[in-house]
Amino acid sequence: MAILLGDVAGKTVGRGWVMAAKKQVVGVVGAGVMGVGVCENLLQHGYRPILVDISNDALEGARDQIRRSLGARAMFAKAKGGEPTSTTLEHLTVSTDYQLLAKVDLVIENVNEDIDLKRSVFELLDAVTASACILVANTSCIPITKLGSFTKRPDKVIGVHFMNPVPLKDTVEVIPGCLTSDETIAETRKFLDELGKNYVIVNDSPGFISNRVLMLTINESIFLLHEGVAEAEKVDTIFKSCFGHKMGPLETADLIGLDTILDSLKVLLTCFGDSKFRPCPLLEKMVDAGLVGRKSGRGFYSY
Amino acid sequence: MSTIHERIRAYLERSLRQLELDDDTDIFANGMVDSLFAVQLVAFTEQEFGVAVVDDDLDLANFRSINDLANFVGRKRTGV
Repeated sequence: MAILLGDVAGKTVGRGWVMAAKKQVVGVVGAGVMGVGVCENLLQHGYRPILVDISNDALEGARDQIRRSLGARAMFAKAKGGEPTSTTLEHLTVSTDYQLLAKVDLVIENVNEDIDLKRSVFELLDAVTASACILVANTSCIPITKLGSFTKRPDKVIGVHFMNPVPLKDTVEVIPGCLTSDETIAETRKFLDELGKNYVIVNDSPGFISNRVLMLTINESIFLLHEGVAEAEKVDTIFKSCFGHKMGPLETADLIGLDTILDSLKVLLTCFGDSKFRPCPLLEKMVDAGLVGRKSGRGFYSY
Repeated sequence: MSTIHERIRAYLERSLRQLELDDDTDIFANGMVDSLFAVQLVAFTEQEFGVAVVDDDLDLANFRSINDLANFVGRKRTGV
């Protein structure tokens, strides 16, 4: 399939498709934190992402953020004596029109962690994309088999849980659904190789490995704050100084976004029906107040 | 109203959790910041001071210290 083969200009490859003298066009759905990070990472590796969202404002904000981010990272890399990275936005397309995804070989979906919303997006992607197109779900917690069931191609639906910030995190969690084909897994692995990502393949289950454990840790840390056991800095210091973690759970929550944490806990609570996943009332209150972390300028810390 | 220096200092001290920063402290030295912070600093500059940071501006000389950033903002605002 074309996606595996990068920029082999003009040769007949894979299933007989002729590659253009350009790198792969990849669809990206959702212009939030993760969609922006994925686009940025694709641009850095020479891909030509088409970013689709229902909101023009979100798309323009995303373009601006990607421009700023590519530039700042290139500046930082230069300061550290590293290789210069691409700062060009020329290869980025943003649009509210899903039809632009009709000819792509792979789409990475990054919409909010809400099963009904994901259902509508996967149904739409199933209708507009070519039948051979792989649909990658970049989800925090929602089972991939469930997402595959919203399409007529569950064999081509796979989970890739990118970490935030996407350009900085070298390892992703890969989750085949129950019906995901070996071919889809192989093609996804090759795509990730090209994107410079390492991956750990795990079986499908709500929250996979990472967020089943992390969401509980973060939620319990918020309970500690809520109950007045310790303030945020102390909770994070314990994890950093005693366990050697690079960031504490509350700093991590601010980076992920408290709205996403809350959504993820709700998905885990629904899927497992286990009260250990009930969101802390303080988390709900902070999300209601708009104090959702770095992206809003304030969460457990100010930015 | 706070001066440009004061607003930059308040932001950096809060973000980097540093109690005191000299006007000439190089925040990019000694591993004080990472590339994630570099992105936030550019966003802060644009949003706080209403200036557009274009490709040619993305030079560490404009962002290295409180003085460097204040001078950069001053130049952008006066169109120099």
